[in-house]
Amino acid sequence: MMDAGRHPNITLLTYSEVTQVSGYVGNYKVTIKRKPRFVKEDLCVGCLQCIEKCVFKNAKFPDEFNMGLNMRKPVYLPFPQATPQVVVIDAEQCLYLKTGKCKQSCAEVCDRKAIDFEQKEEILEVQVGTIIVATGFEVFDTKRLPYYGYGRYPNVYTALEVERLTSASGPTGGNIVLRDGRRPRAVGIIHCVGSRDDKTNRYCSRICCMYSLKLAHMVRDHTGAEVYNFYIDIRTAGKGYEEFYDRILEEGVNFIRGRVADVNDWANSPEEEGKIVLRVEDTNIGVVRRIPVDMVILATGLEPRPDADKVASMFGISRSPDGFFAEAHPKLRPVETNTDGVFLAGCAQAPRDVPDTVAHAGAAASMAIALLNRGEVTISPAIAEVDEKYCSACKTCLSVCPYTAIIFDEVKNVARINDALCKGCGTCVATCPAGAITGKHFTDEQIIVQIEGLLREPEEGGVKTAEGART
Amino acid sequence: MNNGKFEPRIIAFLCNWCTYTAADAAGVARMEQPANVDIIRVMCTGRIEPMFILKAFAEGADGVIVSGCHPPGDCHYNNGNFKTFRRMPLVEALLSQFGIDGARFHWGWISGAEAPLWARLTRDFTENVRALGPLDWKRQKASKED
Repeated sequence: MMDAGRHPNITLLTYSEVTQVSGYVGNYKVTIKRKPRFVKEDLCVGCLQCIEKCVFKNAKFPDEFNMGLNMRKPVYLPFPQATPQVVVIDAEQCLYLKTGKCKQSCAEVCDRKAIDFEQKEEILEVQVGTIIVATGFEVFDTKRLPYYGYGRYPNVYTALEVERLTSASGPTGGNIVLRDGRRPRAVGIIHCVGSRDDKTNRYCSRICCMYSLKLAHMVRDHTGAEVYNFYIDIRTAGKGYEEFYDRILEEGVNFIRGRVADVNDWANSPEEEGKIVLRVEDTNIGVVRRIPVDMVILATGLEPRPDADKVASMFGISRSPDGFFAEAHPKLRPVETNTDGVFLAGCAQAPRDVPDTVAHAGAAASMAIALLNRGEVTISPAIAEVDEKYCSACKTCLSVCPYTAIIFDEVKNVARINDALCKGCGTCVATCPAGAITGKHFTDEQIIVQIEGLLREPEEGGVKTAEGART
Repeated sequence: MNNGKFEPRIIAFLCNWCTYTAADAAGVARMEQPANVDIIRVMCTGRIEPMFILKAFAEGADGVIVSGCHPPGDCHYNNGNFKTFRRMPLVEALLSQFGIDGARFHWGWISGAEAPLWARLTRDFTENVRALGPLDWKRQKASKED
């Protein structure tokens, strides 16, 4: 991330949103909304003194990066490795921005005068040749599966929360502890939460098995707790992954093949008192078991971003049945979209792990650059053409063209089609009452010959089947 | 080889981006589809002239399918499907004036992601047309001209 931020040829626009895209391959016009961060990016050096001097003595707002496990102030650095290393002020929480009354001690302490409460939203327009959509994913919302007890029992965590707990720069400094500070003695990891499930998402989110194994290892290593993995199948496809699974098995992590039916705190016996009980059918031995644990980790799956439909229509790309952006071909063109000059990278296209994302993003970057370096773009030859001899100047075609590719030549009194703008949909061809427009490769003659060919009676002596003329 | 059983001949005009993709995907996924449906690909359903549909019937088709991208937003060309949306009811009216049963003509929307829907449509439509029997427009026309 830092490398991208420092690269002379890369302009990084963080805290910004694309609001409009127009144009075509090699010539896109993108409108970007730059949200105000109330800090001048070029002046701030990330010394963080403003955070210290903020009038809020105690941090009282949930830290989004740490999944709300700790608190932050209205002025904050989004996360330790944030690029650029610049603070941001939350306008909904900052006393001055909310009420206009505050000592502004943050601005006072900043000797570079980087804090600017007057900053306004900026609209930026850039001309670009190609676009890479790398909008990522959304973590599955565990509240959609209430029987896993998330939100009901404080010690039911999502995997991302535990991931933050294991991080040395996380809210507990790397200590895996329960919400009341106790060390867990038994931990259950429920796989496939929001994946491979008819009720939520049918696809496999692909990364959960591996991160569950990692968390199992971390929990066992840090706390010595008994760890139970509840799985449907362990899917460890990837270089070195199966070997890691073997290692976890040898470490003594328990694996129970079965989908957890219920998570509750109703104790049936003294050893279940004060614990969370997981009820599960162990399908390997055909017995319904009750496993008491202190901590439950839900291995949440990946979902498309909630605004994926908006993004898809803005960039003119389509989505697959699972909601992720659709590639041009599932095997041969996994990076391109059906819109020329728009590429996909990472989990915006499908769930994938880090090495696969790096490879996918690298492919997207090289395809985008290769297209630009060529200097000219190849356009489809299947475009429409006006035969000026027959054009009656009725201008009907002008009204149906979705790309305003047709202009009217007032001098010659005929319609003209711009080759670069025409995408070859053929709507004008079908519309032209004079028959003056031909859609190359899809001319009336070509289509009629196809109809005739398909419906031709078989030759005498030929066998008539449903395939008709092809026999 | 069909033992004298009537096999309807169906022409389908599909747009390149949605229904043709769905048909392609249905084939790749080895979904069961009748061989009665022959596909003619166009870039957009907006290209389909009513004349093509009449021509198909005139050349001996027993049924015709027109299918493209779901309105409003699925069209690869922004709004070509709207043109189809307006034209096809006219075609329906025209067909009834020619004495062609409306059930022989289907128009609708199947997105590239709906391969099973395409497979089901071809199966159902073929069965419906089979039940209606041969149209034989070509022969009728010929006998009238005699």
